[in-house]
Amino acid sequence: MKIVILGNGISGISAARHIRKLSDHHITVISDETDFFYSRTALMYVFMGHMRPRDVQPYEDWFWEKNRIELVRASIQSIDFAAKKLHNSDGDAIEYDKLLLATGSQSNKFGWPGQDLDGVRGLYHWQDLEEMERHSHGLRRAVIVGGGLIGIEMAEMFHSRHIPVTLLVREKSFWDIVLPAEESQMINRHLREHGIDLRLETELKEILPDENGKCRAVVTKTGEEITCGFVGLTVGVSPNIGFLKNTALETNRGILVNEFLETNQPDVFALGDCAELRQPRPGRRPIEAIWYTGRMMGKTVAQTICGKKTAYDPGIWFNSAKFLDIEYQIYGDVRAQLPENQSTIYWEHTSGKKSIRLIFDKNTGAIAGFNLMGVRYRHEVCEKWLHDGTHIETVLQNLGLANFDPEFFEQYEAELVGIYNRDTGKNLSLKQKRGLPAVLRFLQNA
Amino acid sequence: MKNASISISNPAPTMTTGRQKIAVAVSGIGILLVLVVWAAGKSIAPVPTFLAALGLVAAGIALFVREEYLTRPEGIKNNGAWFRSLTARGVWGWLTGVVITGFYVCLYWFPQYLTGLIQLFDPLSQALRGTAANQWFVYGTLYTAAVALMGIKFIYKYRHNPYQRIRTISVMFFQLGFAFLIPGLLMRLQQPEIYFTYFWPLSYYQGTPMAHAGYAGSSLGTFFFFFGLAMFFVGTPILTYFFGKRWYCSWVCGCGGLAETAGDPFRHLSDKSLNAWKIERWMIHAVLIFVVLMTILLWANVATDRTILQGISEPFYKTYSFLIGSAFSGVVGVGFYPILGSRVWCRFGCPMAAWLGIWQRAKSKFRITTNGGQCISCGNCSTSCEMGIDVRAYAQKGQDIVRASCVGCGICSAVCPRGVLRLEGAVEDIDLRAMVSRNQND
Repeated sequence: MKIVILGNGISGISAARHIRKLSDHHITVISDETDFFYSRTALMYVFMGHMRPRDVQPYEDWFWEKNRIELVRASIQSIDFAAKKLHNSDGDAIEYDKLLLATGSQSNKFGWPGQDLDGVRGLYHWQDLEEMERHSHGLRRAVIVGGGLIGIEMAEMFHSRHIPVTLLVREKSFWDIVLPAEESQMINRHLREHGIDLRLETELKEILPDENGKCRAVVTKTGEEITCGFVGLTVGVSPNIGFLKNTALETNRGILVNEFLETNQPDVFALGDCAELRQPRPGRRPIEAIWYTGRMMGKTVAQTICGKKTAYDPGIWFNSAKFLDIEYQIYGDVRAQLPENQSTIYWEHTSGKKSIRLIFDKNTGAIAGFNLMGVRYRHEVCEKWLHDGTHIETVLQNLGLANFDPEFFEQYEAELVGIYNRDTGKNLSLKQKRGLPAVLRFLQNA
Repeated sequence: MKNASISISNPAPTMTTGRQKIAVAVSGIGILLVLVVWAAGKSIAPVPTFLAALGLVAAGIALFVREEYLTRPEGIKNNGAWFRSLTARGVWGWLTGVVITGFYVCLYWFPQYLTGLIQLFDPLSQALRGTAANQWFVYGTLYTAAVALMGIKFIYKYRHNPYQRIRTISVMFFQLGFAFLIPGLLMRLQQPEIYFTYFWPLSYYQGTPMAHAGYAGSSLGTFFFFFGLAMFFVGTPILTYFFGKRWYCSWVCGCGGLAETAGDPFRHLSDKSLNAWKIERWMIHAVLIFVVLMTILLWANVATDRTILQGISEPFYKTYSFLIGSAFSGVVGVGFYPILGSRVWCRFGCPMAAWLGIWQRAKSKFRITTNGGQCISCGNCSTSCEMGIDVRAYAQKGQDIVRASCVGCGICSAVCPRGVLRLEGAVEDIDLRAMVSRNQND
């Protein structure tokens, strides 16, 4: 059987790898972006000089041939779903028995005047990085629009090269649609500590060109003009499905798929950033453009293609990021605004750069979420507690099990127990400190 | 991947502040003093010149790194590592490599060219050891100074990380105390010059009949001879079982100490390919076999009253001494830091590391665990691994890392942007976790 995968990002490559593991099908992966799979989340580190381009490729070049995964560099213009053929820009056709659409995202633009000028770019593709590079030489200031994960990455990238950065954030506080207030404010402080010009509640009105059609300044909605040689547009991404619109393939914002990641076309699947679930699981969004869901979808669809029909189950929500020097991890349900039925325990280090937040159900006491800043927690342990709906008091007394910070790092779990005791008048104590042996026993007694 | 623009034409925007320029000048004057004395072949005012030279170099480095790290928020500081000429195999990198290599060549085979330099160190040698300096004293002093000064730099760089701070203080302590002051003081006390932290087979001479004979009449020497053997046969397996080979390689050993401090800026230069791993396994175990054979031959020669084996054992020893003891561990091991990375000797050559690695792989609680599904395959861990382990290959599959070569420096864990890696130990399920190998499509 001939499997064609359109897109060599994490979801497409995960699918290819798992199909190869499970079968001898002929696998072709098509990309018009790069010759080889690379870690999109690591683009920033190439710009910052931590790694070379080849270092962000998770597999050596011989890996693909050895595993009989054919890599094709081509730009697909249209798909004939009836004839099961892809047409590339040279007019050639590529046939498939099963087609996996993993075309990823593209950066959002919201119709600002000047948004297509030279020197205005999002950050998603390899080519975006090359454009940033091209404009960095002699750059006096970059303006980044959008206070989210990519916006702060871009700010850090320019900052690492001592290029002054202005970060325009529409919201009252950095990423406060996702982060609770304390964590969000921590990042505001941290951005400013680094000397990044953070402008909260500031929106872009337009981007002004110079005589060569290159951006020279932005104007905010309050009329302020900020001179800059580069504008980063990091106001989210949306599915990269332009060439699939108005075809037989049913789309909405993304390519519509059922729980088996099947589209409305026979033998055509969609996965990763470009897929939109018709019926997401409760509490989850129909499009989740993150690394981990892409990887899980790739693994899932491989099962189905290899004869073991499997529904996509993203499990308990988790994610991570790093805001300059502050690492962030989340497990479970942590919302910017605490819902009525939930309660929270929040501890923050005196440095203002570390925090731990536990969320639990007010009525049942069941643990609902973990939010960590500058502290590492163990995925499997948090997941098990969340899955089991473990009572907050049990979680607190065993909280050391979750701690994943390196040896000799201070442990703060007792302070959370203290906060809970103070709030409730109880007298709990921490029974379990950090350490692998106890964790393995805990996880094995499932 | 089309990327030429990124690695080649990059403007390498390192910002050097005015204070840092002054710091470089201060160190430069110190180095100049050394060169002048070296070239002149004699020192006019040995004590003040020596103190001034060392003091200026140290002050310059201290000033530079304070400015580099303390003026910025604490965190991972790898910006520009692949852009800077010194750390990205550029002109400065090659030049540094050539200079260090050349220095080692002089040290081992042409010490007569170091006469002027040796004189500069005479006052210190007299003060510490009660005897004149020779090239090895110069080497030991420079080595210790490098570990100490670059160790301080490393502590500034990782000041947010207690594991790194404590580990670095440990290597500085062992280098200064056990590999510099104690051997010197022992000489002053008319005792054998013993380095308590170097055992056979890293210190290949320590296991030979010559060493044993040399200690005759010294109870301390005899003690050390047997202590070394005990460390090899008993101490290593036990300590490695509990802590992994890091108890030695990145906490105690002087070679490791230099790699972790002076070598830190070059750690990303190690080769991570599967081929390099194959070569590594052949080479390091071949050296271990070489040193064992050599030692057995020497003892067999003594046992047979030097009648049969004299003609073989002697050349065997000399070959090892030249090829491995001098050329590999010294010249290549350190001289090639800016080209091949900081742990070439530890990874490809050190027989002690091979022995520690066998125990770490076969019977140890030590492993690096990965944090569930949090890996984003970015590659910072692999890039920073001085031993060339492709850490990411394991992390992205959620596998524990149990590798003979891992020295437990903990930098992979430190640089991970998503909190995925942790050095730890437990006996449960270790055999199972150690089983799966890398780069299979699983």
